[in-house]
Amino acid sequence: MPNSRRQFLHASVSAAVAGSAISCGAGNGASPWRFFTAEEGRTVDAICERIIPADRDPGAKEARAVNYIDLQLTRAFKRYRKAYREGIAAVDAASRKKFGGRFVELPAGQQTEVIADIEKSSAAFFELILAHTRQGFYGDPRHGGNRNRVSWKMIGVPFPPIRGREHYDQPKVG
Amino acid sequence: MALKHVNALIVGAGAGGGVVAKELATAGLSVVLLERGNWYSAADCRKDDLRNQRTTVLGNAFGPDEDRNPRVLVDDRGESIVWPSESGYSNNAACVGGGTFSYGAQAWRYMEKDFRMRATYGAVAGSTLEDWPIGYSDLEPYYEKAEWELGVSGDVSNNIFQGRRNQGLPMPPLSPNQEYQILLPAAKRLGWHPFDLPMLRNSAPYNGRAACMRCRWCVGFACEVNARTGTHNTVIPAAMATGNCEVRTGCMTREILLDDRGQASGVAYFDANDRLQRQTADLVIVSGGAVESARLLLNTRHRLFPNGLGNRYDWVGRNLHAHTYPAAVGLFDYDTYDDIGPGASIAICDFNHGNPGLAGGGMLANEFIRLPYQFMNQVPPWVPRWGRAHKDFVRDAYKRTVVIMGPVQEMPMFDARVEVDPKVKDYWGIPVARLSGRKHPHTLEIARFTAGKAETWLQEAGAVQTWRRIPGPSLSGGQHQAGTCRMGNDPKTSVVDRDCRLHDVDNVYVIDASVHVTNGGFNPVLTIFANAYRSAHRLLEAWKGSKVRS
Repeated sequence: MPNSRRQFLHASVSAAVAGSAISCGAGNGASPWRFFTAEEGRTVDAICERIIPADRDPGAKEARAVNYIDLQLTRAFKRYRKAYREGIAAVDAASRKKFGGRFVELPAGQQTEVIADIEKSSAAFFELILAHTRQGFYGDPRHGGNRNRVSWKMIGVPFPPIRGREHYDQPKVG
Repeated sequence: MALKHVNALIVGAGAGGGVVAKELATAGLSVVLLERGNWYSAADCRKDDLRNQRTTVLGNAFGPDEDRNPRVLVDDRGESIVWPSESGYSNNAACVGGGTFSYGAQAWRYMEKDFRMRATYGAVAGSTLEDWPIGYSDLEPYYEKAEWELGVSGDVSNNIFQGRRNQGLPMPPLSPNQEYQILLPAAKRLGWHPFDLPMLRNSAPYNGRAACMRCRWCVGFACEVNARTGTHNTVIPAAMATGNCEVRTGCMTREILLDDRGQASGVAYFDANDRLQRQTADLVIVSGGAVESARLLLNTRHRLFPNGLGNRYDWVGRNLHAHTYPAAVGLFDYDTYDDIGPGASIAICDFNHGNPGLAGGGMLANEFIRLPYQFMNQVPPWVPRWGRAHKDFVRDAYKRTVVIMGPVQEMPMFDARVEVDPKVKDYWGIPVARLSGRKHPHTLEIARFTAGKAETWLQEAGAVQTWRRIPGPSLSGGQHQAGTCRMGNDPKTSVVDRDCRLHDVDNVYVIDASVHVTNGGFNPVLTIFANAYRSAHRLLEAWKGSKVRS
């Protein structure tokens, strides 16, 4: 499990119970997202799709893993905002350096190469977005991902999730 | 206004505290049961695969509160603040019922040798391995009481390794799921002794609660039909029904109050509205779990106990351990998944003891149902972690794997410990627990051995491919946390006596897994229950003799 929320004590002892100081998508203008700028959202969407690509079944893009991540960055993942902002920038920087263009502009094969690099060069961010993509793809739709339960249909999990009972939370899709 | 004085104040409404509350209240003592968490119900199941007590990526469902309860972890990466949903925090739960509200509910008796580890295996270098001051026969009647009063299902008659018992279990096992039917003949062919897992889970209506409906939302979730048994739906309501027990939730205990002579006079706690309260009592019973119980004693300072209550010889907080869980996963060429919960159903105790060159072992059983996101942990190490190959594997293997795992009895380590941090404080300004230490290398050696047996079982059952998962050396804690207030006869090498009373002060008890000298190769809850019944019995004998009445 990613663990980047750990606060090492030399940084700040008294901040034990303080919240994050990173601001939420303020000034992101026409962004359709809560936290990401429109550009960041496109990049994260593309990264997620390379982590879990569409094949005969939908991938992370169709499952809206990016929506899960964006939504949680305003909730349980507030602590990861800085990591995302910096991690996305690092992915684009790596794309430019290797292939001379922004990540979203690259063909899938080149995107895969960039992510393979990022897995080593920005390991903490990679572990974070890997775990979050899996959650947004395989987790409960109520949290903003797994739209239309696409992953559950893929693996054949019986639905409704409890045999003979249906008073669970209805999915709240993004 | 001062709170009304009571006979007994219990800190923590989990496995230990719940049983003690019921026993004391039934005997006529006035009891206040303080719980820092909330009281949840069957309606709080929610079936949220990302936010529950087992998968905590979006938080713990049943406490403690994420933002108010930091701890400090010291490990290879240095010293850091960790939060309840993070690995390394060693969380159990914080709610009425404690861990028993959302656990898997395996109901194991420890074996006779589990109480005599030092006598059985001798000293293990680098470990504080020791015998309990009590034996299996001391606990046997209380194991039986726990099994019948709380309600256990299963059939352990084929467990030839268990200690003597006077009667079987009150409920038959749940009907076998498919994994059970695959694993049973394989274990028999290997010459092992498989049997139906004992569980604190109703297989038939019992004590006014329904039978298990076999859903997949079990470990980590509230039981929606109240078929799973914890202190929240048994002994705590029974304690309240006597009219002698008041449960106060949302109450965070700061310290035990001590008078001039060093006797406990009650506790100071923050109530649900964060007001500091003083509750006086004749007796204080600490049942906060191995981390929080040690923390409370260490946060209780007094002229006579400058290093913390009960800590005269520096044993409070020492020997923090739990269980190491090795596993083997088997891939089959047909669907093994049948969506019939809870999943875990069959066990063997052939490798708890008597393993050549090893100081112990552990029980093995099949794992509970893996929800889709949990399946990420079952993917073998040679499968790429992302991209098409990973997705292919998950799609192909999700319904075709069986997992066998089991709790390895750990070698306690003196330097695996709970301290109170000198700087970091929680929301209420109380110094937090500071965790440090690691597993003993021999524990990992035993884990590799039992993982091999798990793999053998899967291969014999027809798995086409198998792989092992061996845990790393980092500190064990979590739901099975134990050991930090060791029970013993010698005050210089233990914290409480055989009756779970502090050596230092005769009206303070610790009754939870903190007192476990060693933790068996089993889930610990039935032993916590049994020891709580036994300790409450001993406490009441002392009480009736007026030894502790103020």
